Amino acid sequence: MEKRVYETLHEELFYEKMDNGLDVYILPKKGFNKTYATFTTNYGSVDNQFVPLGKTEMKRVPDGIAHFLEHKLFEKENGDVFQQFSKQGASANAFTTFTRTAYLFSSTDNVEKNLETLMDFVQTPYFSDKTVEKEKGIIGQEIRMYDDNPDWRVYFGAIESMYHSHPVKIDIAGTVESIAQITKELLYECYETFYHPSNMLLFVVGPVDEQKIMQQIRDNQAKKSFPQAPEVKRFAYEEPSAVAEKKKVIPMHVQTNKCFVGIKAPSVPEAGEQKLRHEIAFHVALDYLFGKSSPHYERLYREGLIDDTFMYDYTEERGFGFALVGGDTRDAERLASEIQTVLLSFAAETIKKEEFERVKKKKIGAFLRALNSPEYIANQFTRYAFYGSNLFDILPALSSLAMDDIAAVASSCFRDSQIAVCEVVPKGQ
Amino acid sequence: MVDEKVTAVGPVRVHTISTDKYKTNTIVWKMKAPLAKETVTLRALLPYVLQSGTADYPSVKALRTYLDELYGATLNVDLTKKGEHHIMTIRIDVANERFLPEQTPLLAKAFQLLADLLFRPALDGSRFVADIVEQEKRALRQRIQAVYDDKMRYANMRLVEEMCKGEPYALSPNGELEDVDGITAEGLYRYYERALAEDELDLYVIGDVAEDAVLNAVKQRFSLPDRPKRERASMTSVKPRREVREVIERQDVKQGKLNIGYRTNVTYEDDDYYALQMFNGIFGGFSHSKLFINVREKASLAYYAASRLESHKGLLMVMSGIEPANYEKARRIIDEQMQAMKNGDFTDDEMAQTKAVIRNQLLETLDTPRGLVEVLYHNVVSTRKRPIDEWIACTDQVTREDVVRVADKVELDTVYFLTGMEATEDGKTGV
Repeated sequence: MEKRVYETLHEELFYEKMDNGLDVYILPKKGFNKTYATFTTNYGSVDNQFVPLGKTEMKRVPDGIAHFLEHKLFEKENGDVFQQFSKQGASANAFTTFTRTAYLFSSTDNVEKNLETLMDFVQTPYFSDKTVEKEKGIIGQEIRMYDDNPDWRVYFGAIESMYHSHPVKIDIAGTVESIAQITKELLYECYETFYHPSNMLLFVVGPVDEQKIMQQIRDNQAKKSFPQAPEVKRFAYEEPSAVAEKKKVIPMHVQTNKCFVGIKAPSVPEAGEQKLRHEIAFHVALDYLFGKSSPHYERLYREGLIDDTFMYDYTEERGFGFALVGGDTRDAERLASEIQTVLLSFAAETIKKEEFERVKKKKIGAFLRALNSPEYIANQFTRYAFYGSNLFDILPALSSLAMDDIAAVASSCFRDSQIAVCEVVPKGQ
Repeated sequence: MVDEKVTAVGPVRVHTISTDKYKTNTIVWKMKAPLAKETVTLRALLPYVLQSGTADYPSVKALRTYLDELYGATLNVDLTKKGEHHIMTIRIDVANERFLPEQTPLLAKAFQLLADLLFRPALDGSRFVADIVEQEKRALRQRIQAVYDDKMRYANMRLVEEMCKGEPYALSPNGELEDVDGITAEGLYRYYERALAEDELDLYVIGDVAEDAVLNAVKQRFSLPDRPKRERASMTSVKPRREVREVIERQDVKQGKLNIGYRTNVTYEDDDYYALQMFNGIFGGFSHSKLFINVREKASLAYYAASRLESHKGLLMVMSGIEPANYEKARRIIDEQMQAMKNGDFTDDEMAQTKAVIRNQLLETLDTPRGLVEVLYHNVVSTRKRPIDEWIACTDQVTREDVVRVADKVELDTVYFLTGMEATEDGKTGV
């Protein structure tokens, strides 16, 4: 077991790679009641074309299958794993993103039992025709719920506008039609390809004894056998660097207009420190431009074009990166044009040193605050680890961030070709 | 379990919770008054105006720039109701300087800032700055309207409106749209003075702090004149029994929202409070509960089907998202689960499971500064004091008879269904 000490943060992290390839991290957090553990596979909604384990041909699977598989993994021959967790006083959950599927529990008691349950249920798939059919009703309602949600529609609409063919533009849950094609055989095929320990990461954070927990994990993994698995071959999408369409308008039964401006990164670094820096630079640039202390925020707020739903965020994953800026507004068209003007007229060389330093300070505080949250630590650590970088390197990366990093982001991304707009407007307008 | 020290400094109750488990320190200010039509919109606006500027930092930009300087201290406000009380909350969360290269006294500055927000707001003579008030009125209107676009929140709000018609609890903590226009910078300032003079005031400080230091800081910066102690009225208005109401509303939606309200006739003040929590846990509070198992897992009708309590008002609310055509079916299954509760048709396993999960949920809530304050604040809102140790011990002691006794008191009150345009006249198309 390897020990990594982060002195400024007063954190100690323990790491070991299991014989079967599984990466395990333990972060003891004294003083907390809760232990939070995530078991994550490097597999998400964008992985819809790949070479199945043991095959040679690339295969396309139905949209939404990674998320469907996430739902179905909880159900076993003799019942539902949720029941098992709640008997042990834990709350369990799972989520699917573009590139990851995570299973988790949190509990203040019976941590070892719950950890055992987590490892075992994720590593023991059981799918039947009957339960697969039944799940289609439940997920169908999940999809309907999002269909009626204008915040989700404007968010995804903006992503759809930015991408030509990359599957990031496909809703994570798929559609009612696409999930109808899912069968138990397809689920097993996806499972076997992506749920190999060498494609997964286990993170435990909480008031735990790292020696005991690591030993437990070793023993658990040693009991199971897995075939040799080569690295997964995923389809490499050819995505043009410019956005697919400039503007999308979605009429809905709403009272308020909503507007998101999407900024598509033409390319993103593949891994490591470079990727981390690129992401941080994008965040800092957005904060500088649109944070509550920025002149633009003040002006847009005063003009009533934005309210407290205004947000901006940058998402960077395996092979793609995009930012979204916007929120509720009384005039979607004007807000979109104001945001675009801000982006296109931005000149990194005009940033004042003290303002730059202030944004960095703000980010440092926000990072410390995030470390109060075991959920944030486990989820984000895993995300960075899958890209060969390290969550705890954010602090040094922030400190050393230079104006050049911002200039690089601005010159490649804040261009007309990279900007797309999506508006949700009241029906009949 | 939680080391909460409470000391009165004038009319301010100061609650100090010392802990070194966070990387930030948190200050939470709460002001409580009765929920009333005349004041609800003023109160919904006031904290937003206060967070828009102080005498020293008289604009959002100036204030937010200062917060960024304090290593991204966060400042946010919100409005809630607990029973028939309306609560304004201001929170400041600031990094613990221990983790920073420079030793700025961030907590002291955060205290000063909160005091300035409250007692030295940005003013124009003896009123708030008209521009700020107008901007915040606009934002408030948008906040009120936004509920209509979030169908889950909307259905919740509509159920409460229909169910509690004529009671203060029907009011939304975000205020009433038709009362926003009439608010002036002068009127709001007069209300601000009144709220500071009359509201119940609580200040929570959570973090790497000592009680003495906190009390000193409060004495220096939060000196308010004493006020006469007011009688605390009981929170619940008893409603006469009446016919069950069914409200069906149509909109252009794909998913129907079935929300059902019950009167539990048990509140935080009652001995049966823990039994009520158990009842809710077995019935619909968790993913092992009857609603989740029967509506979602067995019948495959919904993605979510759950219940929650408003313990100070004594309400139980069921919510689910279903295909419009499945209205009758879903209602029948929910009714059956309620009947099962009343018949004592639940296992010892379900009892044990629910106790374990409630205990876990409580302990987890205490892990976040925000959750901790919300748990402790129940004791301010209610005349009944329940120390946290008691929550766990008493939940453990709840028996099946206790749960059945509580179930017996639960009465169906209102059924609200938001459905699509294409369903037939009575909203009850074939199952």
